[in-house]
Amino acid sequence: MKDGVNGVALAVFIFFFLAVTVMGFLAARWRKAENEHSLDEWGLGGRSFGTWVTWFLLGGDLYTAYTFVAVPAAIYAAGAAGFFAVPYTILVYPLIFTFLPRLWSVSHKHGYVTTSDFVRGRFGSKGLSLAVALTGILATMPYIALQLVGIQAVLDVMGVGGGENTNWFIKDLPLLIAFGVLAAYTYSSGLRAPALIAFVKDTLIYIVIAVAIIYIPIKLGGFDDVFAKAGDAYAQINPATEKPRGALVPAEASQWTYATLALGSALALFMYPHSITATLSSRSRDVIRRNTTILPLYSLMLGLLALLGFMAIAAGVKVTNGQLAIPQLFENMFPDWFAGVAFAAIGIGALVPAAIMSIAAANLFTRNIYKDFIKPDATPKDETRVSKLVSLLVKVGALAFVLTMDKTVAINFQLLGGIWILQTFPALVGGLFTRWFHRWALLAGWAVGMVYGTVAAYGVASPTQKHFGGSSKEIPGIGEIGYIGLTAFVLNLVVTVVLTFVLKAVKAPEGIDETSPEDYTADAGDPGVQVELPPATAGASH
Amino acid sequence: MSDAPEVTRGPVVTPVRVVIALCLFAPFVAMLWVGSYAKVDPAFIGIPFFYWYQMLWVLISTALTMVAYKLWQRDQRARKASDGGASQ
Repeated sequence: MKDGVNGVALAVFIFFFLAVTVMGFLAARWRKAENEHSLDEWGLGGRSFGTWVTWFLLGGDLYTAYTFVAVPAAIYAAGAAGFFAVPYTILVYPLIFTFLPRLWSVSHKHGYVTTSDFVRGRFGSKGLSLAVALTGILATMPYIALQLVGIQAVLDVMGVGGGENTNWFIKDLPLLIAFGVLAAYTYSSGLRAPALIAFVKDTLIYIVIAVAIIYIPIKLGGFDDVFAKAGDAYAQINPATEKPRGALVPAEASQWTYATLALGSALALFMYPHSITATLSSRSRDVIRRNTTILPLYSLMLGLLALLGFMAIAAGVKVTNGQLAIPQLFENMFPDWFAGVAFAAIGIGALVPAAIMSIAAANLFTRNIYKDFIKPDATPKDETRVSKLVSLLVKVGALAFVLTMDKTVAINFQLLGGIWILQTFPALVGGLFTRWFHRWALLAGWAVGMVYGTVAAYGVASPTQKHFGGSSKEIPGIGEIGYIGLTAFVLNLVVTVVLTFVLKAVKAPEGIDETSPEDYTADAGDPGVQVELPPATAGASH
Repeated sequence: MSDAPEVTRGPVVTPVRVVIALCLFAPFVAMLWVGSYAKVDPAFIGIPFFYWYQMLWVLISTALTMVAYKLWQRDQRARKASDGGASQ
């Protein structure tokens, strides 16, 4: 780490930060609707976004600052294993092509704002809906915290805050300011703020990646040299584990891990509340399908970004905290002003998803806990007020998490969050295609998956950690090492299917399904699917 | 947006829909069969096969999804037309 503050980089960073702050507050006036006091307006941007806004919003949402820091950091640390993010994001799009349009249609028809709204409507079960909502909130919180870790990494490398020698207030002040600003404009502008800022974020990211992927290899003597040096580095034996540091290509034994991680993560991604929030904000069913054909552009960028991990090794970047590898690489290789642009890209890259995630978590709380269990007669205005407040609380919680606890705690929880959120797949995606599953069986399957996943992850040790050392473990019955989330998911599914047979045999009450088959294929313009929705109609019977 | 609402009349499984399913399923086979691409050679401008092959699949899967999208649109339009607008 260089000593002192990088003044030029910091000035560029602050310039971009101020620019997006102004945009964030102005966003409230963008495409403003008449009825601004409904959750559809604040929490879903009026459900009005077209193909390109949705593309920027989803891209800004799914490819977070943490992704930008963590994926190359994983490559830097161990090589090939970290590249699973690429097949993971390849598999996401054919997958969502099949089920997301159905979710959009049924949500528009019935005014659902969250996935839990849908689950409650489909299965007539508040318990199952609560389980889905709690899982969503639990999985999102550490994710928000990790966005802060992303900002911290950048501030650290610029020489602002983070140091050990100053008192905690000075140290964390830049982070506190960044978060205060984020909280203020999310509160006032809702989903419109991140949608507008996503334009800036993605443009900056694309510029930085394009420059980095051409400029840095030239400076390092071409990709041949980069990979030769990286290969040498991975072959070195780590004294702690007595194994090589990593590999350029996954060995036979780790191929199961690679594949199950890719598949499990792909299945989980659109279970996250923030992905669904961005999806439901789109204007029509077709916007979503069209987006599955243009979103992979981000996957390509992610692949290129991952290659930066090799470049960090070849450039001789030595950091003990792998997450600093890429910011440090930028600082070492780029002129100061462009390093500032790169840091701004990562920093703003944290703000967009953090805003959307806090909105998504707030919507879940408001619709599926506050309205369902605390105040059933809440008006749309109440809902919006509660949601705004909760979005603040969620962010303060995440901040407290990052400032008071060790960073590894946030990472452990994020790892668990991925395993947990995958357990809502049978209720959500299953429910979109069939009503065959029994609501109690789904709940039992969910519980089994959650418990197995948590216990299994707890038991994974690594050289540096006794628990939560990784996300892979031997798959019972197969003997290969695989992603715990996927194993838990299969277990979940088996329990759900078996119990559904049992519960149907004993004629357990099925619950009322308020949806009908044609709801799943409805598009904007059809009868009953108004372009301007009546304020929050879920819960009312249709 | 002037797209046809999706109509579920006529046979559910048609040759076009089988092609759509194959387009969407192919990336899963290619990507989850890690053994088929876990190798260094042949390298492309110095990048090992393992890496450029997967990035190439980003493009291939995009093309396949696009084909699936176009076919699906045509399928829906044809079905709507054959219904003579009588649906809904």
